[in-house]
Amino acid sequence: MREFVRCTSRMVPLLVDNIDTDQIIPARFLKVTDKLGLGDNLFADWRYGPDGTPKGEFILNDPAVRGSEILLAGDNFGCGSSREHAPWALAAFGFRAVISTSFADIFANNALKNGLLPLKLGPEDYRSVVALARRDPGAAVTIDVPAQTLELPGGRRCAFPLDSFAGTCLVGGVDELGYILKFTDAIARYEQGAGRG
Amino acid sequence: MTGPRAGAGAPAAGPRTLFAKVWDAHVVAQEPDAPALLYVDLHLVHEVTSPQAFAGLRARGLRVRRPERTVATVDHSVPTLPAAEATPDALAAAQIARMGENARREGIRFYGTESPSRGIVHVIGPELGLTQPGMTVVCGDSHTSTHGAFGALAFGIGTSEVEHVLATQCLLQRRPGVFEVRLTGRRPEGVTAKDIVLALLARIGIGGGTAHVFEYTGDGVRALGMEERMTICNMSIEGGARAGMMAPDDTTIQYVAGKEFAPKGKAWEEALARWRALPGDDGAAFDRSVTIDLSALTPMITFGTNPGMGVPIADPVPSPDDVADATQASALRKALAYMALEPGRPLLGQRVDVVFIGSCTNGRISDLRQAASVLRGRTVAPSVRLLVVPGSLAVRRQAEAEGLDRVFLSAGAEWRGAGCSMCIAMNGDQLSPGQYAVSTSNRNFEGRQGKGGRTFLASPLTAAASAVTGRITDARRLAAEGVRA
Repeated sequence: MREFVRCTSRMVPLLVDNIDTDQIIPARFLKVTDKLGLGDNLFADWRYGPDGTPKGEFILNDPAVRGSEILLAGDNFGCGSSREHAPWALAAFGFRAVISTSFADIFANNALKNGLLPLKLGPEDYRSVVALARRDPGAAVTIDVPAQTLELPGGRRCAFPLDSFAGTCLVGGVDELGYILKFTDAIARYEQGAGRG
Repeated sequence: MTGPRAGAGAPAAGPRTLFAKVWDAHVVAQEPDAPALLYVDLHLVHEVTSPQAFAGLRARGLRVRRPERTVATVDHSVPTLPAAEATPDALAAAQIARMGENARREGIRFYGTESPSRGIVHVIGPELGLTQPGMTVVCGDSHTSTHGAFGALAFGIGTSEVEHVLATQCLLQRRPGVFEVRLTGRRPEGVTAKDIVLALLARIGIGGGTAHVFEYTGDGVRALGMEERMTICNMSIEGGARAGMMAPDDTTIQYVAGKEFAPKGKAWEEALARWRALPGDDGAAFDRSVTIDLSALTPMITFGTNPGMGVPIADPVPSPDDVADATQASALRKALAYMALEPGRPLLGQRVDVVFIGSCTNGRISDLRQAASVLRGRTVAPSVRLLVVPGSLAVRRQAEAEGLDRVFLSAGAEWRGAGCSMCIAMNGDQLSPGQYAVSTSNRNFEGRQGKGGRTFLASPLTAAASAVTGRITDARRLAAEGVRA
């Protein structure tokens, strides 16, 4: 997993609540046995017209946001299916963080395993960030993972919560499976305990 | 396969919830500041969310730790038409083949396309007796919450976590909160489990259960059959709760008894003793609580683009002008624009093009019986395409033994093979852009049942009645009209 310590980028506003994983990556793109090419189908039904041409009015098709690493989304981002293809597609497109007021549990878990930060802000900070993105769409913000802050132009810092274990994994690019494998003996003892099969 | 007897976790003193009992018994290790390492009793695997996990395992030179606790099938992208009639799909076929190869290589029990026990993973788990009270059950599928109907802690996981479980039979998890959903009162005639869960979702919204597990309590739960319990637990995830749980009782035990993988003989007696101790203790505390009075419910239907956007079927389409919160009003406006519905207009009578009866929510035999009770002696409206897709081949055989297939076919329905089908529209069964469907499935997200398709979620009764009239119809009203030629 790629390490994530700091990231400075403009934000891509997609201010819709309850963006579900069927929007992030429609199910017809899940018939793959690898992780390749998913970025091209990120938000496919919002991004492309019936003939496959990009819709000019959709934010991800705006040349100005090319290379942006932060998605600014509405509440309850990533609800619905457990498909990890959703964070794979977001990461493949180039996003390193999604800012919202809340995330669906499975999505947040999946995102963290792919170096994608679900950055949760309180309502007041969120409103300021949205106001900033509207006022100055090109404004760059800085995410500092160890400090757990989002820094806005002018120096204002918004704190965000991050599970300490997940934060350590993110900053160190540590893969969880490596951690779990250290418990192989404890797992064996558990399996042998009290008549387990 | 047996459930747990003891865990390394230190159970909290005092009365415990059902959730706490199952969780505590499965904690293998707990380091300070780290999530709990939780043991998984049953890992269900399907073709769509597992290939990358098996590839990751091989890349690390690891094998499946407990193949006998792992069970695989193919359901999401399998055709429900006979091979000769199905449209060939090379990608889906490759994914299905890969599932078989991975299962064979790792010695995992596999219900493939040729298996008579094949079906939707959340239908066959209970049907085969793999799902048992007190277990931890995971699957790379959000509707794993279904299995909580047995008093199991069952939740969906991502593909990285599938790899973790394959490799170690364990998962790292933070302990969620417990949200009591108390079901009280007796439901009126014509109100189904689907209506109960749609009413819950309309009440709490689709993010209402985030970071929690639902624990359903109350007399209303005890009065439900196992398949009804599965319908409700299945859609717990649509309220943001990863899992929904119901304490095992006589209904549960009668259902599990004699199933292929249920414990037998002395092991059965031992299992019963463990299962009888699982219900939450009196006085156990919940983090949150909501009560649903079943006696006040009517059949429910969704009008919007998430499962929380549901109303009693006789209600009009809600108006954004009546919503005070600006964000919610704009979300409602967006949903109604997608659905091409006018605020204030009745939902009853709305045109329907396709009706889908099936899925892990409502694809079991009791669901098909309900649909057949409406369709018997009636015909599907000429403008409507009705698909009836059993949740498993065992459900299909049972329905045929009862003559339900003939009811569906003579009504003019398509009687299909088993699979997820039009719930997720990965296998060629899908809506065309702009079509309206009444569907017994679980999600009405934009494009969920086919790009541009518009979904009304409802019960099998409502779905069947709407197929007959070609309009959204309250099955109780259709019954009052009597049999139509």
